[in-house]
Amino acid sequence: MGMIEAILLTVITAATPLVIASLGELVTERAGVLNLGVEGMMIMGAALAFAATQATGSPYVGVLAGIAGGALFSLLFGFLTLTLVANQVATGLALTILGLGVSGQIGEPFVGMSGIKLQPIVIPLLADIPFLGPLLFRQDLIFYLSIALVIGISWFLFSSRAGLKLRAIGDNHASAHALGIHVIRTRYLAVMFGGACAGLAGAQLSLVYTPQWVENMSAGRGWIALALVVFASWRPWRVLAGGYLFGAVSISQLHAQAFGIGIPSQFLSALPYLATVVVLILISHNRRVTLINTPASLGKPFVPDR
Amino acid sequence: MRIELEKRPRPSALLSILSPFLALGLTVIAGGIMFALIGKNPVAALYGFFVEPLTDIWSLHEIAVKAAPLILIGAGLSVCYRSNNWNIGAEGQFIMGAIAGSIVPVVFHGWHSPLVLPLMLIFGMIGGALYAAIPAFLKAHMNTNEILTSLMLVYIAQLFLDWLVRGPWRSPDAYNFPVTRDFAREAILPEMIASGRANLGFAFAILAAIGLWFMMRYTLKGFEISVLGQSERAGRFAGFSSRRMIWFSMLLSGALAGLAGISEVSGVIGKLQPIISPGYGFTAIIVAFLGRLNPIGIIAAGLFLALTYVGGEAVQLTLNVSDKITRVFQGLLLFFVLSCDTLIQYRIRLVFSRLGRSSEGGAH
Amino acid sequence: MSDVKASGDGALLAVRSLTKLFGSFTACNAIDLDIRPGEIHALLGENGAGKSTLVKMLFGVLAPTSGEILWKGEPVRIPSPAAARRIGIGMVFQHFSLFEALTVAENIALSLPPGISLSRVAAEASRLSRLYGLPLDPNAHVADLSVGERQRIEIVRALLQNPELIILDEPTSVLTPQEADRLFETLAKLKAEGRSVLYISHRLEEVQRICDRATVLRHGKVTGACDPRRETPASLARMMVGSDVAAVSASGTNAKGDVLLEAKHLTVRARSPFAVMLKDVCLKVRAGEVLAIAGVAGNGQSELFDALSGEYPISDPAMVSIRGRPAGNLGISARRLIGAGFVPEERHGHAAVPALPLSDNLVLARNQSDRKTFLGGGVLGIIRQAVVRLASKRIADTMDVRKSGENPAAGSLSGGNLQKFIVGRELDRQPAVLVVNQPTWGVDAGAASRIRQALVDLARSGSAVLVISQDLDEIFEVATEIAVISEGRLSDTYPAQALTREKIGLLMGGMHGENGEVAHAHRA
Repeated sequence: MGMIEAILLTVITAATPLVIASLGELVTERAGVLNLGVEGMMIMGAALAFAATQATGSPYVGVLAGIAGGALFSLLFGFLTLTLVANQVATGLALTILGLGVSGQIGEPFVGMSGIKLQPIVIPLLADIPFLGPLLFRQDLIFYLSIALVIGISWFLFSSRAGLKLRAIGDNHASAHALGIHVIRTRYLAVMFGGACAGLAGAQLSLVYTPQWVENMSAGRGWIALALVVFASWRPWRVLAGGYLFGAVSISQLHAQAFGIGIPSQFLSALPYLATVVVLILISHNRRVTLINTPASLGKPFVPDR
Repeated sequence: MRIELEKRPRPSALLSILSPFLALGLTVIAGGIMFALIGKNPVAALYGFFVEPLTDIWSLHEIAVKAAPLILIGAGLSVCYRSNNWNIGAEGQFIMGAIAGSIVPVVFHGWHSPLVLPLMLIFGMIGGALYAAIPAFLKAHMNTNEILTSLMLVYIAQLFLDWLVRGPWRSPDAYNFPVTRDFAREAILPEMIASGRANLGFAFAILAAIGLWFMMRYTLKGFEISVLGQSERAGRFAGFSSRRMIWFSMLLSGALAGLAGISEVSGVIGKLQPIISPGYGFTAIIVAFLGRLNPIGIIAAGLFLALTYVGGEAVQLTLNVSDKITRVFQGLLLFFVLSCDTLIQYRIRLVFSRLGRSSEGGAH
Repeated sequence: MSDVKASGDGALLAVRSLTKLFGSFTACNAIDLDIRPGEIHALLGENGAGKSTLVKMLFGVLAPTSGEILWKGEPVRIPSPAAARRIGIGMVFQHFSLFEALTVAENIALSLPPGISLSRVAAEASRLSRLYGLPLDPNAHVADLSVGERQRIEIVRALLQNPELIILDEPTSVLTPQEADRLFETLAKLKAEGRSVLYISHRLEEVQRICDRATVLRHGKVTGACDPRRETPASLARMMVGSDVAAVSASGTNAKGDVLLEAKHLTVRARSPFAVMLKDVCLKVRAGEVLAIAGVAGNGQSELFDALSGEYPISDPAMVSIRGRPAGNLGISARRLIGAGFVPEERHGHAAVPALPLSDNLVLARNQSDRKTFLGGGVLGIIRQAVVRLASKRIADTMDVRKSGENPAAGSLSGGNLQKFIVGRELDRQPAVLVVNQPTWGVDAGAASRIRQALVDLARSGSAVLVISQDLDEIFEVATEIAVISEGRLSDTYPAQALTREKIGLLMGGMHGENGEVAHAHRA
């Protein structure tokens, strides 16, 4: 396999968790809920996936555990912000802090163990296409899921009635409620979907990216995913593009070291975070565009009057 | 069955005071359950966690040592959060303050003078403030969300510190350990009382908290903070500027975080090294909420959270509990604080029947 | 969508002893009402009388505490808007339930049962809108439409369900006189088809013009049922308000003094995508004058207020002058120091902070203008709470503000009482210039009369008063001169006696194209 294919493969592996976590948060935010706990849900997914894989020997059980764990963990956030109408920013932070703590606790017995990697699934015929074949069709399950999610969420939001209702809630929850749309129930589902995606992204980290458990191994990816949603103007295909851009930036440090470029490793490690800041500035500074794209009820508490 | 919220005509004053205690109680109970789940005696564990550290002078000092940065940072954050500026990057401002304040003892290590320590503290505050100026500028003039920018800067600050102590600032005498030179005597923040390690940083924290409390409660500036946090438009009507408040609150909290940083490095560690904080900048967020964004409440909350740090270390030794437990406790506490706060604004009703409820459940 | 036949001589909708309690507050008290088929029935009452609560129960948004609703003689339960629609009741709210980021067709589709494709919805909506004289472009985004056009969506949305009864809540409050006429034509068509209309309003002239019967509510109770055409405005008003409300004693001719407030070719770019640009606005207000600016919501009133108040200073100082001083680039505190006072449109979250007590809300507006009195401690700026509280009490007493307790939260006051405090807060300073935006919006008749009198008295004492208002009745009560704002432009100023409603309506319409075109995105 050539050098370029090898590099592209690492880009795909680095980009996939970002894409998945961002897509989940995109759906949540389109429903008007700001969940800053993506980092916490992601690391919980990573820990649970690793633990389940070690316990059962099957990384597929691990994937399920990651998804389920992320979804259940997000319920905590949902309960506080949707039923108890707590401040969404603070609750999201609480979720992250708790997630980092609990995942550390869960993962403790597994530190240093080598993990079981999720094996690639080869799609016949398509995998034989020169260049693209091995790149796109000899990948693990989670990669295929990431592409399916982009297509599925795009269709859901813009071509389905349920997606229309969700977007309506994100635009104006009071009007949606007046029309008889179930605001709180839809938001719960959106939050849990976001949690499931974040959990899946975490599972990818501990089962594909580095098949190992390291404390805090998400390293801020959850936060980058949040920035990615803004960067993509809440549109699924742009999340895919942005995710791959960030994936490329974040693994550039590995390749730079391989090429012997003499930049201190810390600066290269800082690149994804710097890139996030730059990207946020570029996308946000036009107030008019930001105003038009942002779901209007994002972050606002909703209490139905009876 | 459903939970319904009914807004109170006026926020309940009783629950304003009771809610943090309710949250504490719930956390202790949840913690007990958690200890039981991992096979430890809950009563012994809770005792070791919360009560034992209060029983000897040395650990009381340790609590003060840990509480100082928490209170200092938390008080600054309360000004930010009350005015709706979500500074999540206090950890980064702490680190940059520590670095800026260490310029004198590391780079000019040959210079001995009583001016060294005051200069270090001033540089520390400036360093923290300048680092907070970045997200402030980005929010005020580039409309960029301060939560994400201040947070990204935390990772960058940590990496910068790591590079400094492994690279240009590494001590030549340290056998290749990633540390700077030890600080000379005049660069160390002195202890307050001889019986333990608590240094002047604790005094700074209390003074800062009291000063900020006075400002928030009695002065026009405090009024401005409160109004801008509740309604930007009403603030504008009053002649206040939310843009100027972004700068004021972020620079203030950055300076306090920077002061906490240099105090920690100078008074506790005595040099710079890759890890100088067990997450003070993030725990301080919990302190701020537990203290209900009131600087006096933050003093109590900071002491309590410091207790969880010291207690966590204690049970790690005595009961072989992992050190992650502390973080879990802290996260749980924030959750319960936020849940109990709902009771202040709303009355909670459990609704059992489905009859006569008209708005939700329209057929679609 | 076939014509609806009249269902015999029974009432279409009847309400018996309908009551709604919110905690201990009785919003609706044993209301009896009946609506016949093919009838336009008015529901009259001033703000706070219980009209909105009543119709929310009819439309399934609220559940009645007791009493019954009868549809065509049979008792029914209406647990949700969907159920109301199924029965045959449609509603157009005063505050629209529209989604700005979505298109007209998508908005309409959301209120229809599932299963109808979006393109069919678009086609049906287009056809219906033309049929009833309310043309709409189904692919326009709501964010780009004017208020009148948005109301058409609401009406078409309701009509698509083929209702036998349509409830309209204060529909003309957001329409120009010409748009209102078009609405009345639509209502006449509906009546001719045998449908009924429940028309909520507090505008007596309209009610007398189009309604067959009227039910009057006051404080949640029915105080009268009548044929509005046989009543006089005074008798209707008495049913609505109870006692005769003091009429505002007209300003007559005051001695006109210097120009105290002036705008010279005021041009301000729109600050946000949904705002209106001010174009070449010229106005002069002399001491002793009350200049009223008439206009339907959304034509630049807020933008004009912002430019005059200094909340958003402009770059050219000469465009606004206060007491002869160029003030365009000054902020609001500086303008207050020159002698101006301001009352914004929005009580909650702009003129006052609802969670803060009245004394804090006094500091809100007067922290610089009364710095020496209210603040101490030099540079520290310590608030003298005792002094502030005393001043706040004085203002509340002078304006007869009804409140619970000495210094309650502003949010606990009723609209009228809070507005009295807010206006009184400015009057307390005897400002040379007062700019007020919608002085009595959502305010009960007693408080409204009090406030209008206060404005007239202020002018009489030698100040210059600028009133921006959507209420033509109010304008004719207080104004000495009148101008009309439309799409960011201001008409010439006319003496109040020289204008009539029709002329004002023409001025509103004549400044932008008002024909039956399809509503389309007309943002540049």
